[in-house]
Amino acid sequence: MNIIVVGLSHKTATVEIREKVAFSPNQIEKPLSDLINLEGIVEGVIVSTCNRVEIYATTRDIAGGIARIKRFMADYHHLPFETLESHLYSYHAEAAIRHVFRVASSLDSMVVGEPQILGQIKTSYGYAAEFKTSGIILNRFLHKAFSVAKRVRTETKIASSAVSVAFAAVELAKKILGDLSDKTVMLIGAGEMCELAAKHFLNSGAKGVMVTNRTFERAERLAEEFGGEAIRFEALFEHLHRADIVLSSTGAPHCIIGPKDAEEVVKKRRFKPIFFIDIAVPRDIDPKVDNVENAYLFTVDHLQEIVQANLAQRSLEAEKAEEIIDQEIGQFFKWLSTLEVTPTIVALRNRFDEIRRAEIDKTISGWKEMPPDAEKRLEALTMAMMNKLLHAPTSVLKQAGQGGRVDLYIDALRQLFELEALQRDDEELELEE
Amino acid sequence: MTHMFFILTVALYGCATAAYLACLVRTSPLLTSWAGRLAVAGFIAHLLSTIHLASRLKYLPLTNMQESLSFFSLAIVGAFIFFERRFKVTTLGSFVVPVALMMLIASSSLHPDVRQLHPVLQTNWFWFHALLAFASYACFTIAAGVAVMYLIQRYFLKTKHFGALFQKLPSLETMDEISYRCLTIGFPLLTVAIISGSIWSEKATGSYWIWDPKQTWSLIIWLIYAALLHGRLTIGWRGKRAAILSILGFIVVLITFLSMKHSITW
Repeated sequence: MNIIVVGLSHKTATVEIREKVAFSPNQIEKPLSDLINLEGIVEGVIVSTCNRVEIYATTRDIAGGIARIKRFMADYHHLPFETLESHLYSYHAEAAIRHVFRVASSLDSMVVGEPQILGQIKTSYGYAAEFKTSGIILNRFLHKAFSVAKRVRTETKIASSAVSVAFAAVELAKKILGDLSDKTVMLIGAGEMCELAAKHFLNSGAKGVMVTNRTFERAERLAEEFGGEAIRFEALFEHLHRADIVLSSTGAPHCIIGPKDAEEVVKKRRFKPIFFIDIAVPRDIDPKVDNVENAYLFTVDHLQEIVQANLAQRSLEAEKAEEIIDQEIGQFFKWLSTLEVTPTIVALRNRFDEIRRAEIDKTISGWKEMPPDAEKRLEALTMAMMNKLLHAPTSVLKQAGQGGRVDLYIDALRQLFELEALQRDDEELELEE
Repeated sequence: MTHMFFILTVALYGCATAAYLACLVRTSPLLTSWAGRLAVAGFIAHLLSTIHLASRLKYLPLTNMQESLSFFSLAIVGAFIFFERRFKVTTLGSFVVPVALMMLIASSSLHPDVRQLHPVLQTNWFWFHALLAFASYACFTIAAGVAVMYLIQRYFLKTKHFGALFQKLPSLETMDEISYRCLTIGFPLLTVAIISGSIWSEKATGSYWIWDPKQTWSLIIWLIYAALLHGRLTIGWRGKRAAILSILGFIVVLITFLSMKHSITW
């Protein structure tokens, strides 16, 4: 059995194409069942995010399977096959495994190391598991991919560094304030960046948000959105000392917080550090505020610098991640190739046993007068023959499991002895989980 | 036997120092955990060496400079292991373990003067006093190490340098917290050490306070840390000012320790 991957991503297709082939999670059942009804496709999982659409499947017929899935993607979305095909990539065997491990570990993402992709694949796998379109191989395969992603995450720093400005602000805050769970954020003015940063702070555990704006209604609206507290702009300095993190992005033509104000605030805070982030252009916070002891001022440019440094760091970490993936591929491949050995041996034995029993029955029923213990002797004789005959193929097959030719042997045995197709082994699956 | 333990300790501290310094430039969980293990192993070897020496001498080995330096070093590593476990700050090791190593090496370069134990030292008050004093000194050493780290990190934040060391060092808040913990443990220890010291002085000389340089400087140290703790509790002194004061305090501790002998004893 082979794992194949067919799909397209931000690397091969523009967003216009990607949105045309995206599968909506609300109607995922139909494409999933269509997929496994394709000829030769045994199991299937559909991953569809805004940056990639990929189908993972298992098949005996690699070339046919890939072609049929490509065709399926075009037909399902009513796209001309020729247009779509140029954007599609496909992988099988080791390359397919590597590809999925890399995707799950966020090495193939637009922003390398971004954490969402793993969750998205988990969700996609969840659908496939729900509608029973994934079986023993893909189950094991994707669980392996999740554990590889986890290893990459814990053993490299690929995901630890901040690659968005908002995230960089959070990281920087942690370097100054430590644990954010008892820290309060104040938003001065509104703006996408500011709101995004505030969201990041709340996601990272910040205790609360205060919002102030020249138009109080806007402050109130935003405060409601964040479950925070709206402050009148005139009352800014009455409340500023309660904030540990100040995000400012007003459209004011000149600075609204000067060094004197900052000194006052720091004193009121009993010298606990306060972290200012100035996102506004022109500036809201006087650069001299940074000279005030225990006040730390950063602008977007500073945050941008951190982002750049982190991006460079990430590509170094990505190399380490590739090494981890290399190790894991080897292990998984070994499992995959031994997967069918035992059932094949059992099927082969059963087949021989069937013949043996039939022949014994025939012989016994043809006898008029049975010698004493004839049945026992026949049994022993035929058993010994069967075991001797099967011994060599069984051990060759078991050893081949560690090499690479196992698929070839299994196919040959299956055809030569007309063994039936393998059942999905759901029991083993449960053990896995 | 003592000598063997001693060599082993120096070797282990040396390896731990190397590992902790390497931790500053490389990120590896393996390296970090080995640095920790080496430090603990070194501490155990050091402790055994000290116990062995004590059992041979029949008193605690802190009656001359050689022994005291070694004991100081032992106390520092002990305090470091305690605080490192508590706050999970590996970089602290990079700043503190080398200090302990240097003290131990300095100690080994001194010659042990074979002598009779001075009779004034043969009182429990002296041992009590000395142990507490070393414990408090160790806390102040950690506080000073953290203060240096704080100033470096503060410098990075103010000058907007976000290099590798910036990433390694803990947050300002964490370092402030460690430094405060060191003070709240170290200061009471020092207070009791000074009191027990003066009781000992009374036993030895008949006077609680004889204004010998050691006592005077101990008082100065006490005043520095009292001011630091007081400033912190009342007006919220922290950050740079607290860090500088705690480094200053440690320098005075070192000078007092290295240059002044008790006029009572030596």
